[in-house]
Amino acid sequence: MSREKILAAVKFNQPPALPLPDMEVLNTLTDVRTELVSKYKTIATAGGSFVYEVSGFDEIKAIINNEFKPGVKIISALDELSDYIYAETVKHEDGHNFADVELTVLRTNLGVAENGALWLTEKDMGSRVLPFIAQHLAVVISKDDFVPTMAQAYQVIGDAAYGYGAFISGPSKTADIEQSLVIGAHGPRSLSVFIL
Amino acid sequence: MSTATTKDHPHLAADFNRDEPRVNWHDETLWWIRAKRDIAAHKLPEWELLRETASQIKFNVLSNLSSYLEQFEANAIKNGIIVHWAADATEHNQIVHSLLEQKGITKMVKSKSMLTEECHLNEYLKEQGIDVIDSDLGERIVQLANEPPSHIVLPCIHKKKEEIGDIFHEHLGSAKGESDPKILTETARQHLREVFLTRRAALTGVNFAVAETGEFVICTNEGNADMGAHLAEIHIASMGIEKLIPERKHLGVFLRLLTRSATGQPITTYSSHFSKPQDGSEIHIVIVDNGRSIQLGREEFRNSLKCIRCGACMNTCPVYRKSGGHSYHTAVAGPIGSILAPNLDMKKYADLPFASTLCGSCSNVCPVKIDIHDQLYKWRQVIVKEGYSPKAKTMAMKAMALTLASPTLYRMGGKTGRLVFKYAPFAVNNKLNPWYNQREMPKAPDESFGEWYAQRKGAKNS
Repeated sequence: MSREKILAAVKFNQPPALPLPDMEVLNTLTDVRTELVSKYKTIATAGGSFVYEVSGFDEIKAIINNEFKPGVKIISALDELSDYIYAETVKHEDGHNFADVELTVLRTNLGVAENGALWLTEKDMGSRVLPFIAQHLAVVISKDDFVPTMAQAYQVIGDAAYGYGAFISGPSKTADIEQSLVIGAHGPRSLSVFIL
Repeated sequence: MSTATTKDHPHLAADFNRDEPRVNWHDETLWWIRAKRDIAAHKLPEWELLRETASQIKFNVLSNLSSYLEQFEANAIKNGIIVHWAADATEHNQIVHSLLEQKGITKMVKSKSMLTEECHLNEYLKEQGIDVIDSDLGERIVQLANEPPSHIVLPCIHKKKEEIGDIFHEHLGSAKGESDPKILTETARQHLREVFLTRRAALTGVNFAVAETGEFVICTNEGNADMGAHLAEIHIASMGIEKLIPERKHLGVFLRLLTRSATGQPITTYSSHFSKPQDGSEIHIVIVDNGRSIQLGREEFRNSLKCIRCGACMNTCPVYRKSGGHSYHTAVAGPIGSILAPNLDMKKYADLPFASTLCGSCSNVCPVKIDIHDQLYKWRQVIVKEGYSPKAKTMAMKAMALTLASPTLYRMGGKTGRLVFKYAPFAVNNKLNPWYNQREMPKAPDESFGEWYAQRKGAKNS
């Protein structure tokens, strides 16, 4: 059995136990007084996201209606945006059925100012593939739901149980051809963030 | 897909250096990425503390690796993930093949995994009649070109867009002469979307595996790992035993360091945490040793297992930038690859620790503070002791040691050298002398320092 062989070799060869470092210093060092929404906006915009500060869902609807042609397939995971296909009702469908989705709209309650990342779990997504297979992605977040850095983000996540979760920080992109940044690699061609 | 080669680093680097404008372009591109890394790092006042913390976490991991592995396995199984163990590359490849065979799958999509490059999985599966398509754009490009990646983060950094245009024209039907990165990327998007939608199996690498929770994290900018994994019936994740981290909160340290070090981005577009399989699908993890437990036992080299594969040491390395990734003839090129490879095969990779100026820049940018250049220096000593250094170098070193040990020989040697430079420069300014390649030999002084000093002293005293 390779398992036993590997574990025995590792145990035999590993050095004497060393302690884990103190993480508290690092967590408190980060600048918590920074205006988080404006910092988020700057960083996320630089990363290719479109960030909108909105007054309410009517404004979000207006922006979506303006950006997307009527009749395209839009899936929404928000009760407040019920004009579209509701993610909850299609979440057990085969992921391949979402190949023609134009826009997926999701809700998160954790955003990270230092890197523009938004935390979404399988529960927020409906189906895991939805934020990836759609041509465009939009995420709604409240202005009070931002933390300064990843250190605080993992404090918020804590020991939550999820089958799958992802930090998403922008549209799908690549720079593999001569380091030229191209938006829209395999996933969404745009990420719109609505801050309530 | 590894190019079978018996050439060593100096010869492969010489091949790369034939095209001087390309070398300069390669050099400047990587240095630009290194500069972006600096800007990102300098934005965080706590950067050095982050590096130190990451380094200490990794030391803790290596010193408790066996129990973390068992903890990770137990938690992954609890989450419904199926765990396999592979002692070496062959066993890894066989496990992957048998999983596909059991399901009658003959086509697989794969996202970036340097471990599968190390194991030569693609070649193995091809022999078994399995079609593998790499979905990372850079990896797809080198796969179509029938080459291995030349950089762990930027697989086709050595290729010009015109060459990529030609490859896409031949294989993906893009217009002849098309070299616009936007259009080429769109071509790949359409081609690979079809692949994602039709593959029942997806293989990915693993960036971090969390012992505390049994979850693992994959980082991509393109979203290719997720597109593959979420649409497949079976997701196989291959990981080396050193990918473990103790707790979920430690991701907060490593995800802050990884891309800032790699490309200067604050984080990848996607940092995906896989904990449980989706309804109706399976997740398998293959935990691979392949020489890592041996490296763990080499006290002087075990720190190399702290590596998180950001590629910063390559981008900064003056030798890598000017010799290209393929000159290292191993899956992981550059400074870190040159300390990992001799562990796997000391004879085959005896040249790599010498492919360095020992300037130390690699150690300075390493996000987990691996003493890379010290280890390169230590490998040189081991390789010479074990008798794997090139014969010419051994002879030259012996002659040098003899000369330096004898004042008479040393003075004679110096004098001869100066006379040759003065009266017979053609004897050194020719192609037989490697020092003459790409540079002019210096003018020799008329006298040695010893002679000059003796004369000066004599003049003062009189």
